Amino acid sequence: MKKNWPLWEVFVRSKNGLEHRHFGSLHAADADMALENARDVYTRRNEGVSIWVVESKHITASNPENNGEMFEPAQDKVYRHPTFYDLPDEVKHM
Amino acid sequence: MKNEALYTYILGLADNSLILGQRLGELCGHGPSLETDIACTNISLDLIGQTRTYYQYAAKVSGKEITEDDVAFLRLEREYRNVLLVEQPNTHFGFVIARQYLFDVFHLLFLNELQHSKDETLSAIAKKGIKEVSYHKRFSGDWVKRLGDGTEESHKKMQEAVNALWRYTDELFEMSEGDQQMATEGIGVDLSKLKEAYYEEVSELLSEATLEVPERKYFSYGGKKGIHTEHMGYLLSDLQYMQRTYPNMQW
Amino acid sequence: MSEKEVKNLEAIFEARIARDEKIEPKDWMPEKYRKTHIRQISQHAHSEIIGMLPEGNWITRAPSLRRKAALLAKVQDEAGHGLYLYSACETLGVSRDELYDQLHSGKAKYSSIFNYPTVTWADIGAIGWLVDGAAIINQVPLCNTSFGPYARAMVRVCKEESFHQRQGYEIMLTLCNGTEEQKAMAQDALNRWWWPSLMMLGPTDAESVHTEQSMKWKLKRKTNDELRQQFIDQTVPQADILGITVPDPDLKWNEERGSYDFGEIDWDEFWQVVKGHGPCNKERMNARVGAWERGTWVRDAAMAYAEKQEKKKVSKAS
Repeated sequence: MKKNWPLWEVFVRSKNGLEHRHFGSLHAADADMALENARDVYTRRNEGVSIWVVESKHITASNPENNGEMFEPAQDKVYRHPTFYDLPDEVKHM
Repeated sequence: MKNEALYTYILGLADNSLILGQRLGELCGHGPSLETDIACTNISLDLIGQTRTYYQYAAKVSGKEITEDDVAFLRLEREYRNVLLVEQPNTHFGFVIARQYLFDVFHLLFLNELQHSKDETLSAIAKKGIKEVSYHKRFSGDWVKRLGDGTEESHKKMQEAVNALWRYTDELFEMSEGDQQMATEGIGVDLSKLKEAYYEEVSELLSEATLEVPERKYFSYGGKKGIHTEHMGYLLSDLQYMQRTYPNMQW
Repeated sequence: MSEKEVKNLEAIFEARIARDEKIEPKDWMPEKYRKTHIRQISQHAHSEIIGMLPEGNWITRAPSLRRKAALLAKVQDEAGHGLYLYSACETLGVSRDELYDQLHSGKAKYSSIFNYPTVTWADIGAIGWLVDGAAIINQVPLCNTSFGPYARAMVRVCKEESFHQRQGYEIMLTLCNGTEEQKAMAQDALNRWWWPSLMMLGPTDAESVHTEQSMKWKLKRKTNDELRQQFIDQTVPQADILGITVPDPDLKWNEERGSYDFGEIDWDEFWQVVKGHGPCNKERMNARVGAWERGTWVRDAAMAYAEKQEKKKVSKAS
């Protein structure tokens, strides 16, 4: 039988109030093992208060070849940003 | 020594952690996967950490000018008080896991009681240890299940390890005279009270892991009196090598 | 894709790197870039894993509990670093098992320094001080390398590695402040580890085949000879503080260059070890392959168990 432990992606919340951030990956046979391994590999210097693991194959990623159509159309929508709107300096708290 | 009984009692607790930590340390770099290497080293580090706080306390209690390292490295084999279970070798990974689990269940039950000790230092050490050991038990228990209920080969190997180590379990609950005295004074733990819960918990997990609970009438004892298995001498010759070869030096 | 299109993509790609943009795994990349990265990152990972062995050799014999804990933590870090690096490599479409196969079959290389034996406790100090010192000089520039996953792994590695060199130097310092016997042990370790550490920074520029391309891809920021000079210049004063002597009669401060002149490196020895004939090449490989093979039934069991649990979940749900 030749079946290797699958790859998992590890997300760690460094402290409450912050989002989980991608920390890296590791191999594990099941989710429990992935959590335990993540704890030992990625939080041994007190880096986290919460861990998510997800098997890498379950992540759907955008294709960089489509980056033009995916992301460039958002570049010229300047009206979404507050600096687009001109207001006199006297107006405060806005 | 004024506090001879307490001193000896602390050594008993510390020696278990030291010797098990030493055994796990042998494994570092030689385990079945990088991830398990990292996990076993973490457990070893927790145990060595516990050892150091115990020995530091023992050195203080002794009232002599000694350090944690004097206590750890400069005793004769007959003066080490650890149970036989923890000194058993890393025959294969099934033995590593079985030894760990059989000790972890005891260790956690023990610390849960020790946290109520009248001795504030011991109580504080226990409270810190509970968190560490809860994790150890989770890790080793999960692996007992994986190996027990994994493949045919792993099942066989895990059963072999459990059968071989079972005879060292009863010693965990042996009450020495010193243990008795410490328990009476409200400092130590009455081990006999833990026995039923121990076997119940272990049996349940073994069954879940599709393993047979060994039936055994004969058990091995001696570690708590300093009479160890033949493995111990070799373990100590590694452990004590530097301190024995180069006495009275700072490292 | 036509040759012209590929050339065009390559030009765009090189321009991105020249602008200091990062390359991520799914981005288009020249095949040579991918291959070079797999080779370098996996070699780096293998070095971490093999590097656990000479130091792990002293875990059970560490002379104090404090040293034992520090050494355990350090060797464990190396396992972690190997893991980060294998993961970075895997983003390029090669599995850890394939990489292990390359290592175990002797196809892949790792840092030759780990083929030297650790024969005394002082060797643990010397490795931390010299070997980790040389490694840091190699690694810090890699935190800015062009391939994103490698750069990120290196940031983590460098952050964690900072205690390694210090613990090594502290061991040396304690020995050098100790008895005559201890000081002799420290000197002996320096004698044995000095030249291999210099070799660790790679063949001379004249003989180094990868330098130019690696510079362009920011896999390298300085040449081997520059790194070696930097290592010598920063290490010699540290030896002076310890009060032990660098084993090189030609070592001399050159006022004009503002650097140390040093003696000839024995490159024959270097190539001999690289080709597998060092003092411990066989032992290191046997230890790795042995651990992996002894672990097969364990890894298989974990997979089998996971599959059984998965099936149970599915049958419960239906």
